[in-house]
Amino acid sequence: MAIWFARSRNIVSSLRHNLNLSGILVQRDHSPRHAFTNSQLSSRSVFLDSFTSLRHESTAVEKQLDLVQQSDEEDPQELNFPGGKVGYTSELKFIPESSSRRVPCYRVLDENGRIIPDSDFIPVSEKLAVRMYEHMATLQVMDHIFYEAQRQGRISFYITTVGEEAVNIASAAALAPDDVVLPQYREPGVLLWRGFTLQEFANQCFGNKADHGKGRQMPVHYGSNRHSYFTVSSPIATQLPQAAGVGYSLKMEKKNACAVTFIGDGGTSEGDFHAGLNFAAVMEAPVVFICRNNGWAISTHISEQFRSDGIVVKGQAYGIRSIRVDGNDALAIYSAVRSAREMAVKEQRPVLIEAMTYRVGHHSTSDDSTKYRAADEIQYWKMSRNPVNRFRKWVEDNGWWSEEDESKLRSDARKQLLQAIQAAEKSEKPPLTELFSDVYDVKTKNLEEQELGLKELVEKQPQDYPPGFHI
Amino acid sequence: MASLLSRFCRKLAVPGSAHGARMVSTTTSCGSETVKSLNLYSAINQALHIALETDPRSYVFGEDVGFGGVFRCTTGLAERFGKNRVFNTPLCEQGIVGFGIGLAAMGNRAVVEIQFADYIYPAFDQIVNEAAKFRYRSGNQFNCGGLTIRAPYGAVGHGGHYHSQSPEAFFCHVPGIKVVIPRSPREAKGLLLSSIRDPNPVVFFEPKWLYRQAVEEVPEHDYMIPLSEAEVIRQGNDITLVGWGAQLTVMEQACLDAEKEGISCELIDLKTLLPWDKETVETSVKKTGRLLISHEAPVTGGFGAEISATILERCFLKLEAPVSRVCGLDTPFPLVFEPFYMPTKNKILDAIKSTVNY
Repeated sequence: MAIWFARSRNIVSSLRHNLNLSGILVQRDHSPRHAFTNSQLSSRSVFLDSFTSLRHESTAVEKQLDLVQQSDEEDPQELNFPGGKVGYTSELKFIPESSSRRVPCYRVLDENGRIIPDSDFIPVSEKLAVRMYEHMATLQVMDHIFYEAQRQGRISFYITTVGEEAVNIASAAALAPDDVVLPQYREPGVLLWRGFTLQEFANQCFGNKADHGKGRQMPVHYGSNRHSYFTVSSPIATQLPQAAGVGYSLKMEKKNACAVTFIGDGGTSEGDFHAGLNFAAVMEAPVVFICRNNGWAISTHISEQFRSDGIVVKGQAYGIRSIRVDGNDALAIYSAVRSAREMAVKEQRPVLIEAMTYRVGHHSTSDDSTKYRAADEIQYWKMSRNPVNRFRKWVEDNGWWSEEDESKLRSDARKQLLQAIQAAEKSEKPPLTELFSDVYDVKTKNLEEQELGLKELVEKQPQDYPPGFHI
Repeated sequence: MASLLSRFCRKLAVPGSAHGARMVSTTTSCGSETVKSLNLYSAINQALHIALETDPRSYVFGEDVGFGGVFRCTTGLAERFGKNRVFNTPLCEQGIVGFGIGLAAMGNRAVVEIQFADYIYPAFDQIVNEAAKFRYRSGNQFNCGGLTIRAPYGAVGHGGHYHSQSPEAFFCHVPGIKVVIPRSPREAKGLLLSSIRDPNPVVFFEPKWLYRQAVEEVPEHDYMIPLSEAEVIRQGNDITLVGWGAQLTVMEQACLDAEKEGISCELIDLKTLLPWDKETVETSVKKTGRLLISHEAPVTGGFGAEISATILERCFLKLEAPVSRVCGLDTPFPLVFEPFYMPTKNKILDAIKSTVNY
């Protein structure tokens, strides 16, 4: 009996081989949106569908196959389930929890700023490279000065981007101005690249009258519709499903643009990460997800965040193309983001980039990271794995940057920042009426009453309230 | 003309139509428009058809929305407007609302469906921390006003913990969103169109009990009923009753019974709970001197508490009796005990009488 079944299986398999006809592709259409991606799957459907058309020609063969179909449960070649056909195995074998080899990390520049021979990368012109470097250095100066301003009590709070300048600037450089950016909170470099001025940064940090956000949020919660940079919000990962919606809108409007959204390693544990990637994949939305895996979520090391090989392996779980990149290599980031963006827009699909990097600074000014990590670990990354220095070496080696350029840039940036801070500090706060506006498009009666009530209170007892606010 | 038409109109059990169906929308100046007898889900369906028709940048999506939805509110939309605009989403409320916020932030109208209000909580972060604050936190550079979240709410007779909830109170506590609850098919269509077109994110709870139960003459044209305007659907002098959604049907029955005992009740449909029309309720209570609020949601921390506190502040000296709240018990919504849990007509009638006789 067993032999007969085995033999019939062989007959059927040889039949299937012989029936590999002209490759008439019959698309199994579960939904108009879902195109075949698995070429193997499609060839299997060719077998059956073209066989069906031969049904009337060869009943003998048909009978054989019918037999096989009847005995599907007993001796199947393939198993047919919702979602398509899957091959069958009688081996009781589990997929290992991790690959024997970690996903390799794409890089172009070595630690000495030299292009690794035979590297795949998109060339960067002198003009672009210098611009990138200038922004990386400016970002460093900006971080340093704002951090100090917080320490001096002039602003209430600050988050630095130290160690992640390459992710910030090189990714921004690789995008088009119309690409819509939905940041987490450690990506001010993207905004800087797009033209947000140092004065604008300072205004938001001081929450003054000129702050586009009207003084409503903590420092570093920048946003600029002019620069297609959605306003930062503190909750983690909420921007990810929103990015899927943004991407879908761009797709429907047939815009040559994509959504680009950032997240840290910690943020990938949030439910919104799962929601965002799954929606982007199902909706076939042009979204580039950039995960800054910088090793730490405040004091939580990645070993306490997930048990997978980082974030890159999660992409495939959603049907999303992914890549792991050296986040401290500006050229690698540039190439990866550029390519991902092209893919996202041309193929109308999401892409996941895991940028490996390190958070050199503390989580924020409310954190002292020496309490939970070794000082020499921080030093190592700050000195030997510094992305700005690495890129600088390459730019200098090309003869595009000098020591003179360096000191001029840094001193100019410093001067501008100090001026910007001075001006921002002196500036008036937004008028009190801005406490009540923009809750809705138009102030409600309730809010108008509360505003009136508050004005009376402030006029009656001004000493109870901070100065500098126009009533 | 109106009286001729009213002779031919059916008397409906829908609250507020005891004097005959109103035919004319306030938006037209010329006589009456064609109406059709529709139930709640059909009226909502009509509103959605009109919304998608009148704005090519509008979308309807959620779980099972493609085939018409588990309550048939989205019937025919995918066939008519295409799967790019009307589609199923993965089973993920935080994703549905987050995706909707993204679409709305780009200037589209996203009308998202949460299958049951009981399942809205995974999206609570997106609604409270993101949608409600999107405009404010950006200094009005961005907004997601095009977002409307629809969800069936309320008792259905056999729904138990997770198919009967009335979560409106959670959302009424969130500055930046609006909360709207229609009482009938005609109201639902007009209020839903207003909600969709309102430049603020709106949470729209639909009384699922009325999806099939309530039938009313609904104008076929495109009309809107303004938000934040309560309506006195029954005039009276002795006591003011305030409610919303399906509960108004129960309250109206109590009012009819009370009338037989010589108590004249004024019944108000709040319609919009956030921001709510305090003036209409205040004017009424200043006339009657008594207030009774009724809702299915548990009494503690329910929206009735907000109405009570506000009216107390504004009408204290005019009040003849304490404000009465006839609401659900402070328990999870029970299955076999539902008839005991609910704020029934007789509970309301008792409360009317004890308030009047205080």
